[in-house]
Amino acid sequence: MQQSEFINIVMPFRDKLFRMAKRLLVSTEEAEDATQEVLLKLWTNSNSMEKYRNVEAFAMTMTKNYCLDRLKSKQASNLKLVHSNYKDENVSLQKKVEVDDSLDWMNKIMNTLPEQQRMVLQLRDVEQYEYDEIAKMLDMNPTAIRVALSRARKTVREQLIKKHNYGIS
Amino acid sequence: MASVNHIEALLEKYFEADTSIAEEKVLQDYFNSDEVAPHLEQYASMFQFFKISGEERSTRAIPLKPGRKVYLLKWISVAAVAALLVGIFINQPSQTDSLQANYTQEELESAQMALAIFSENFNKGTQGMSYLKEFEKNTNKFLK
Repeated sequence: MQQSEFINIVMPFRDKLFRMAKRLLVSTEEAEDATQEVLLKLWTNSNSMEKYRNVEAFAMTMTKNYCLDRLKSKQASNLKLVHSNYKDENVSLQKKVEVDDSLDWMNKIMNTLPEQQRMVLQLRDVEQYEYDEIAKMLDMNPTAIRVALSRARKTVREQLIKKHNYGIS
Repeated sequence: MASVNHIEALLEKYFEADTSIAEEKVLQDYFNSDEVAPHLEQYASMFQFFKISGEERSTRAIPLKPGRKVYLLKWISVAAVAALLVGIFINQPSQTDSLQANYTQEELESAQMALAIFSENFNKGTQGMSYLKEFEKNTNKFLK
């Protein structure tokens, strides 16, 4: 497979991999590392790429596995505190200054969710994948995905209402 | 613009994870507009967050070249080893071929006969050598 051909296949979903990695790993740097790792792996195996019916779903699964491995080894080496200290760079991206605070809050809520719920929420509400696509990527059945998704959305809602009742400081 | 009632109904479904992609798009658009009803405002940051999260881009350039060459080289070496093995394998059987396979029975018999005649004559020759010993004895006597 030619390099240009590979890039054409990979480019449309590269950012999605990156965002998924960032949702799990939080740090932008680490998310870039994860994306690079996954794409290089795909490239070295690009001859067998035609065999995979859905390269995008396959790449997403690879990203998920890579990130979960990273998180596991981090936990093992007690780097968790360092990990949660990363500055969130999402905020700098958006232009609506008046909602800065609530978006920052949303990000914090997201990071308190269990990994599986975070992934489901990311794939559905941010990337708008269909349930059967998410099922393939996460190797879960669609019912379990709906349950996790509903749970995640409700947790976010609860936290937001709590915040709303306190009033935005 | 969607009515507030419609949005409320969609939200209900949304939290039960029963909305379709299209319905979620309606919610997404509604909460990212400037006309969010005051009592629904608390949900706005959720959908705004999802929208903004989806706009983030990966910016690092990824070097694709290295993996490729190593890959090719690996297969060349595999092919070379395979060729070598095949070569050795093909050469081996001709060495272990038995005589019966290469010559007819008649040829073998005539060869055996020829060898028998040769050894018989050779033995005659060695018998004749015993006279030479006698000759040697006498010359030794003479030399002393």
